[in-house]
Amino acid sequence: MELNDLIFKIIFVIAVFAVSLLVAMYSTYAERKVAAFFQDRLGPNRAGPFGMLQPLADGIKMFMKEEIIPTNADKVLFVLGPSLAMMTACMTGVVIPWGSSLIIDGKEYVMQITDVNIGILYVFGVVSVGVYGIMIGGWASNNKFSLLGALRASSQMISYELAMGMSIVALVMMTGTLSVREIVESQPGGHWNVFVQPLGFLLFLICAFAETNRTPFDLPECETELVGGYHTEYSSMKLGFYLFAEYINMFISSAIIVCLFFGGYNFPFISELGLSHNMAAILGTVIFFAKVFFFIFFFMWIRWTIPRFRYDQLMRVGWKVLIPLAVVNIVLTAIYLMWKHDLWNTTLHVSQLNP
Amino acid sequence: MSQYLFYILSLLTAFSAMMVVFSRKPVYSVLYMIFCFFTIAGHYILLNAQFLAAVHVIVYSGAIMVLFLYVIMMLNLNKESEPHKSNIAKTAAVVSGGLLLMVLVSVFKSADGLAINPAFDSQIGMVEVLGMVLYEKYLLPFEVSALLFLTAMIGATMLGKKEGGAQS
Amino acid sequence: MSEIPLSHILFVSTALFFIGMYGMFTRRNMITMLMSIELMLNSVNINFIAFNKYLFPGNLDGLFFTIFIITIAAAEAAVAIAIIINLYRNHKSIDVEEADALKH
Repeated sequence: MELNDLIFKIIFVIAVFAVSLLVAMYSTYAERKVAAFFQDRLGPNRAGPFGMLQPLADGIKMFMKEEIIPTNADKVLFVLGPSLAMMTACMTGVVIPWGSSLIIDGKEYVMQITDVNIGILYVFGVVSVGVYGIMIGGWASNNKFSLLGALRASSQMISYELAMGMSIVALVMMTGTLSVREIVESQPGGHWNVFVQPLGFLLFLICAFAETNRTPFDLPECETELVGGYHTEYSSMKLGFYLFAEYINMFISSAIIVCLFFGGYNFPFISELGLSHNMAAILGTVIFFAKVFFFIFFFMWIRWTIPRFRYDQLMRVGWKVLIPLAVVNIVLTAIYLMWKHDLWNTTLHVSQLNP
Repeated sequence: MSQYLFYILSLLTAFSAMMVVFSRKPVYSVLYMIFCFFTIAGHYILLNAQFLAAVHVIVYSGAIMVLFLYVIMMLNLNKESEPHKSNIAKTAAVVSGGLLLMVLVSVFKSADGLAINPAFDSQIGMVEVLGMVLYEKYLLPFEVSALLFLTAMIGATMLGKKEGGAQS
Repeated sequence: MSEIPLSHILFVSTALFFIGMYGMFTRRNMITMLMSIELMLNSVNINFIAFNKYLFPGNLDGLFFTIFIITIAAAEAAVAIAIIINLYRNHKSIDVEEADALKH
């Protein structure tokens, strides 16, 4: 790898990390503002103009609070839990294509940290490891409410991971690749996957809500039954990590939804604007973030509109509604592909399915 | 570069595997096991099987070990009291294991003499190639494993049912 | 890549196998015994992949054996966990030594 490439990659990695932290930080502010708007209040407005410095004040408060580790807690695991949650939250951003490519001095720099050819599987791997942060933290607290929260979180995340994976299978069948970048590039202009896979999108969206533990699936931390759920015993920055990881997860899952179903950095009429390559790439990135912010707003919109599920309802929806629907979606997609490539009467060779 | 990576990974694998067996608390065993699985996934990547590494992490770390941890937490099985077996059994285990190890080591000595095929295609572990072969050459085992899963699912549901419902 | 001798990979997998075997012999906790079995299965997996890469780089048979082993391990774990839960219901412990009655 050349030096230029290396420098670009390092800058880009730091930029992605900083941007996800910054977006997560201001998501907390946005969440409170959105909640205030829905409830006809003003929301935070004291720290800085329009309360813009509120996240900073919250962060300082978190750091200044006293660290409490319960006497009967398992000290190592108690610290490991939030660290794992934060780590897995930050790891997913690696395979997301944040934009097309920049050409500097005649050399092409791709705006993605790395393009793994099994990008989606990587995302699933990291997401499935993410459950350990909550489980370990909840168990190590040695508190029955924390334990119940952790058990709920793990069973919920395992159940919805299945439906999530199966909703993606149909999409992968349509595009014929597992690389996130190639999926984005297979939907140029306005040909977004959401128009050909509406059911898959709906299932994926619901499962993304469940995976990020947002309302209506926030049973692991539901205040009315479990005090604070898995982070009842946490205080100071360790609590901050758990809350922060949730917002980073929300940002990343919005980005993945945009990449898979809403064309990523593609938008209609991109080629008719007559922009230079770099300008088009930058505009694409701006559009990408606009889409992501819309989905973050959508997450909050749902949170302040819909009440929480009961636990048995949650399990019933996951196993008896979402998974069968995902299977139906796969079968329908397979039939469509067979029809499109006219494979009814020919011998099936997998190579024909890849256009 | 990849050589150093391999040796570091190997050390970590062996260490975490030992900790799985020697940890007194089951929860620590499970956590070391998860770490061990990650190092094994690292080995797969070094051996050019990226797809397999991803599947390994998703299935083992993402599903099987979550189940184990879940059961330990739910049944609250984290008792340290578990006595290891008597010294006789331990010695027997060490001796028999050591003997087998010795036999295998002597076999490996001759493994270096095997004709290693240098013609290596880095594309061979990629998903496209894998898919082709899986659905053409290995279609029957694939279907049979689907059947196995169905059986396992029914079996697990039957076993997991409460006592009263079993005879109906 | 191929600077690593085949025998070194085999050493790692053998070490894993025998650590798993030792665990099988000495531990009486059913969950730890299951994990020892998983260790042994994984050592076999590493062997399959290594042999596939070093000896038959044109074939994929080793990879598919590994994939099928992983699927079987998943199915086995599901059934085993169900058995463990049943054992715990009946004996209030998952020590295999205490499960010595054919009928409770």
